[in-house]
Amino acid sequence: MPSTRSRSAVSSIHKKRVLPGQIIVPKSAPKRFYGHGLPGVDAENLAGTLVVVEGADGSGRSTQLVRLVEWLEASGHATVQVGLKRSTLVSEELDKAKQGNILSRTTLSLFYATDFADQIENTILPALRAGFVVLADRYIYTLMVRDLVRGMDEDWLRNLYAMALIPDAVFYLNVSPEHLIQRNFAKDFALDYWESGMDLGLSRDMFDSFIKYQSLVEAQFKRLQKDYGFTIVDGNRPADEINEELRRKIALVLAGKQ
Amino acid sequence: MKTFAELGFRGRLIAVEGLDGSGKSTQIYLLKRWLEMQRVKVFFTEWNSSELVKSATSKGKKRELLTPTTFSLIHATDFADRYERQLVPLLRAGYIVLCDRYIFTAFARDVVRGCPPDWVRGIYNFAALPDLTFFFKASLDVSLSRILDGRPQLKFFEAGMDLDLSRDPEESFRIFQGRILEQYLALSAEFKFHVLDANQKVETQQLIVRKLVAERVDLAKFLFAQV
Repeated sequence: MPSTRSRSAVSSIHKKRVLPGQIIVPKSAPKRFYGHGLPGVDAENLAGTLVVVEGADGSGRSTQLVRLVEWLEASGHATVQVGLKRSTLVSEELDKAKQGNILSRTTLSLFYATDFADQIENTILPALRAGFVVLADRYIYTLMVRDLVRGMDEDWLRNLYAMALIPDAVFYLNVSPEHLIQRNFAKDFALDYWESGMDLGLSRDMFDSFIKYQSLVEAQFKRLQKDYGFTIVDGNRPADEINEELRRKIALVLAGKQ
Repeated sequence: MKTFAELGFRGRLIAVEGLDGSGKSTQIYLLKRWLEMQRVKVFFTEWNSSELVKSATSKGKKRELLTPTTFSLIHATDFADRYERQLVPLLRAGYIVLCDRYIFTAFARDVVRGCPPDWVRGIYNFAALPDLTFFFKASLDVSLSRILDGRPQLKFFEAGMDLDLSRDPEESFRIFQGRILEQYLALSAEFKFHVLDANQKVETQQLIVRKLVAERVDLAKFLFAQV
C-alpha cells in the first residue's frame, strides 16, 4: 500500500460549485487482500474505491464522514457507508454481548471478525464491484488495536484479518486523549465504558482509565501505522481544516495519483 | 500444539469426531452415562451450542446468509465462547470434558468450503489438543442413510448446498461428506485419532471406547469428593 503521510502545510482550497465537466472518473488501482483473501473472491475486478477513516469516539469521524459523503456525491460518485457492528448477521448479538460484558476476549474478537467479514462479503465487495466509493467508519485496525491493548497475540490477529481487503486509503484521525475527553463531554457529558477501557482495570476512576486507555490505543495505532502505512491526520484541528485535507488526499486517490 | 495433560491441566478432554450420522453422538452419550454412574466429574458439550452465538448462527443458516468465511468465523466464535467460559475453568478444576466435535470439525469442514487451512488452524491455535480423540469412521452410505432416515429433509448447509456441488441435496450431501471424510482421514494420522469402525454394533463400539478411556485415564483421580 502506498504510504500517504500527512504533510503539515494545509493549502487553502476554496469551496467551488461543482460543474458537470469537473467529475473525476476514478482510475481504480488493482485491489489486493492482506493475505490469502476470501474463498471464491477475485479482487481483480473490483472497480470501486475503499476509503477508511479510523479514530477514537469523539475524534470527529462521523462529522468527517458525513461531509465526505456530501462532497463525493456532489462530485458525482456513488457512495456506500459501512462501519463496525453493522452486519445483518451478528450486530444484534454483539450488542447484547457488550451490554452484559459476558464474553471473554477471544470470543469477542471473533464475534467482531464475523461482523466484519459479513460486511466485507455482503456490502463492501458488491459495492466495489459496482464501482462505488465505499467509506468505512473504522476497519480492521481499530479491531486489532483494541485486542492488542488487551494483550492478544499479534500473529493471531494478523492471521485472522488476512481475509481483509487492502483499502485504497486509510486516514487515522489522531486526537490527544485530553481533547477526546473534552469532546465526549461536550457531546453527552459521559464517557463510554468500553472507550474508557474499564474492562482492563487500569483505574477505577473512569477519567483516569479513559486517559490511560486512549494513550495505549494511540501508541498501538502509531505502531501499526508503520506496517500498514496509513495516513495519520492531526485531528486536534478544526473540522473544516481536517475535511479539506481529507478531500485533497481522496481526490488524489480517485485520480490514481496515490 | 499440546494436549491438556501436557499443559498441566488437572482435567482431561475427550473428543469425538466423525461425519454426520456416524453414530458419534450416541457413543459419547453412552460414555457420559458410564462415567456419571461411577461418580466421575464429567461435563459434556457439543459443537455450535453457545447460547449467545447460536441465535446468530441459526439466523445465518435460516436466511442462507453465510459464506465460507463467516460460516467458519461464527463457529469459531461459538467454540471460543465455550472454550474460555466452560472448558478451561472445568479442566482446571479437574473435570473430564467430553466434546461432541472439537477443532478438527472446523479443520475438515471449513477447508472443504474453501478456507485456507493455515488460516483456519491459526484461528483455533488458542485451543489445546484433546487428550484422546475418537474418530468414528462410517461408510458414506451408512452415514447418509442414518441422516435421511432420521428426518424428512437435509438442511442447506449440512448438505453443502452453498458449495454448488449439485442441485440435488442428496447428491450434494454425498459429495460434500465425501470430501470431509478425506480431510478427516488426513487429520487422523497427524493428530493421532483413535479410529473406530462405526459400521459395527453400538455395543461393540462402546466396549472399545470404555476400555480405551479406562486405559488412558486414571478415572479414580476424577471422582467427586465423598461427602
